[in-house]
Amino acid sequence: MSEALGLGKVRWGLLLAVTALVLAGAGIYAVGAYQRFEESRSAASTVGVTAAQPLPSVPFVLFRNTASGQGYGHAATVPLSAPAGTRSVSERECDRVYGTKESSVCLKTNRGLVTAFEASLLNRDWEPQSSWPIKGIPSRTRISPDGSLIATTVFVTGHSYATAGFSTATEITQSGGTPENLEDYALLVNGQRLVATDRNIWGVTFVPGQKDAFYATAASSGRIWLVRGSISAKTLTAVHDNVECPSISPDGTKIAFKKNDGGALAAHWKVAVLDLATGQETVLSEKRSVDDQIEWLDNQNLLYGLADEAVEGDSNIWQLGTNPGSQPAMFIAHAWSPSVIR
Amino acid sequence: MYISLSDRGGKRAKPQGMETALPSGVSFRLSPVIIWLGIVSMVTDVSSESVTAILPLYVTGFLGLSTIAFGFIDGINQGASAIVRIAAGWAADRSGHPKRIALAGYGLSMVARIGFLFAGGFWAIAAIVTGDRIGKGIRTAPRDALISVSAQPEHLARSFGVHRMLDNIGAAAGPLIAFFVLLMIPNGFSTVFVVSLAFAVIGVAVLGLIVPDVRADGLPDAAEREGRRLFAFSWSHLKEPGLGKVLIAAGLLGLVTIGDGFIYLVLQARDSFAVQWFPLLFVGTNVVFLAFAVPLGRLADRLGKIPVFVGGHVALLATYLLAASPIGGLGTTVGCLVLLGAFYAATDGVLAALASQLTPPGKLATGIASAQTVVALTRMIASAGFGVLWYAVGASAAMLIAGALLGCVVVAVIFILRGTSPANVVDADA
Repeated sequence: MSEALGLGKVRWGLLLAVTALVLAGAGIYAVGAYQRFEESRSAASTVGVTAAQPLPSVPFVLFRNTASGQGYGHAATVPLSAPAGTRSVSERECDRVYGTKESSVCLKTNRGLVTAFEASLLNRDWEPQSSWPIKGIPSRTRISPDGSLIATTVFVTGHSYATAGFSTATEITQSGGTPENLEDYALLVNGQRLVATDRNIWGVTFVPGQKDAFYATAASSGRIWLVRGSISAKTLTAVHDNVECPSISPDGTKIAFKKNDGGALAAHWKVAVLDLATGQETVLSEKRSVDDQIEWLDNQNLLYGLADEAVEGDSNIWQLGTNPGSQPAMFIAHAWSPSVIR
Repeated sequence: MYISLSDRGGKRAKPQGMETALPSGVSFRLSPVIIWLGIVSMVTDVSSESVTAILPLYVTGFLGLSTIAFGFIDGINQGASAIVRIAAGWAADRSGHPKRIALAGYGLSMVARIGFLFAGGFWAIAAIVTGDRIGKGIRTAPRDALISVSAQPEHLARSFGVHRMLDNIGAAAGPLIAFFVLLMIPNGFSTVFVVSLAFAVIGVAVLGLIVPDVRADGLPDAAEREGRRLFAFSWSHLKEPGLGKVLIAAGLLGLVTIGDGFIYLVLQARDSFAVQWFPLLFVGTNVVFLAFAVPLGRLADRLGKIPVFVGGHVALLATYLLAASPIGGLGTTVGCLVLLGAFYAATDGVLAALASQLTPPGKLATGIASAQTVVALTRMIASAGFGVLWYAVGASAAMLIAGALLGCVVVAVIFILRGTSPANVVDADA
């Protein structure tokens, strides 16, 4: 009995020791992480920055600054003529940004005990003109050239069969209006209306010079289409297969997109360009998997973000020509979510 | 043969079959084993729910990865988890050491958590999440068997209620701890992972060091266990009166139980409060669950487990009707959360108590695992089917149809379970 009691004491002692050890370890790690965060927040940025200024004169690039130090995660701009030069960093924290000459849209995560997500329309001076809640983690956003239409795509959790499943929600908001979910639009494939269970829509791009038209991706039952959308008719019409996250060129003739050649589970996205007039697809030479909505630098060059594999939470914007032999080159280091404003 | 049923089954051995009897006069004394198992589950849930809550943010917002495939992988995991659950229940019975099997399950989840510290890329995370889920599948039934063996038979459901209460304190606290860390350190995902690992280690340490390896009294000896065929377990259960009916009833009810996610979505579509506070809906349901777990367990011991189990599904029916009703606003949202939490409190621990009560000691973990697997698999099918209905007829109509089906099944189940009493088990086995 006393032996068992002795053993019991050893076990209790061990439990106390293990508990104290791991709690102390986790506590020390947390304090260290907090101090590193405080230091990095107050440290000078690792890239050349200037303080917040209104949107510069065109042409310029708007993006999310991911250089560590002050201004990490903030919306920033550089002149198109000097993308690697000093960046003007705003006070606005955004996960995704996109802009016009006069305004920009910013999707952000409001951290707290209840983490929520928000979209804001910002004016030239980065002041919010309107804000509305979005239903999940920011993924893509676009604003029409005249600033009247805003598209947001978010990842929604708890939407799918399994509570941890993911699906997307894409909304278009007309200035001053309430967001419209594109899942409520009629999806037409080969003239038939599709009412399948698992429709998903993502990655809107507004056709330049047309107030009503946009392209997006629609998926159902493992099939993926490029759809042309009409806001007035509330329709999405499939026009091409296997086009994800379309992005229309400034002249409106081509669509750059990501094309999965790795299957549903082991996705590997190639960068590709579709000629809208001929329907011809060109797959480009980028070997890395690109999971972004591509942006057009001009009618011959593309921009996209790639996560930096060496540094978690950092990413870089790359440039790639649309001719098949072109090789990718770094465009802006420590940056994400490019938007070219001409 | 299972003479010792009376040791564990108490009044079961009484010829009257007093399942619905009034309090037997045995005063409630909570076994410290159950408290310790509750603490194991509590810290383990802090560990797992803290990571689950921030995983989407980490993968998409921080690593910049795409996550559509996660839903698919999660579906596979749930199926795999259901299958290992039965295997683990069987192994626990066969070895006669449910604690060792439970420890293996908690240990696997803990080891998987170490992976988060070095995770990179989608596949690493998917593998870690899979390891965690399989660990959960392994540990659940042996742990519930330990609870069942340690509990006073007269207070079985109440004892499970105490365990589920502690469990859900962890489930409610985990996300809050994780979001608090991220509030202090915006990109502090690695801190969340370290904290999660610390809680997992404490859970394994409490289980390994403090919880005794309780064995069901009167287990068949090793030779007899040896002789049991591997795949005989699930079919043999259907032959047992009582448990077979309960499995059928639980399966039927599972087929008309749509996922919580759909209910939250209906609320979110109607109420701006629900959009803003979406993550709180999960926490809110957990809080109601933990608050009602013990009272409804007591009620199940008093009135019978079957009436409370069926009554829980009536609360679920009320949830569907309230969610489908045209009345919006905060009242509806809160009402739905209360009803949903009550549904879980009346069914989760009560089903484990019911299954263990209807299973002979030598098959305890297998019996519990069978019931939980039936529920998990039928609910997966139900969610998939409801997804189809949702798009075909719209949210409110789909809710009403699901509610009508649930109402019919509840009536059918009342007939199926009529006359099911633990006395039958004794008669059959004696």
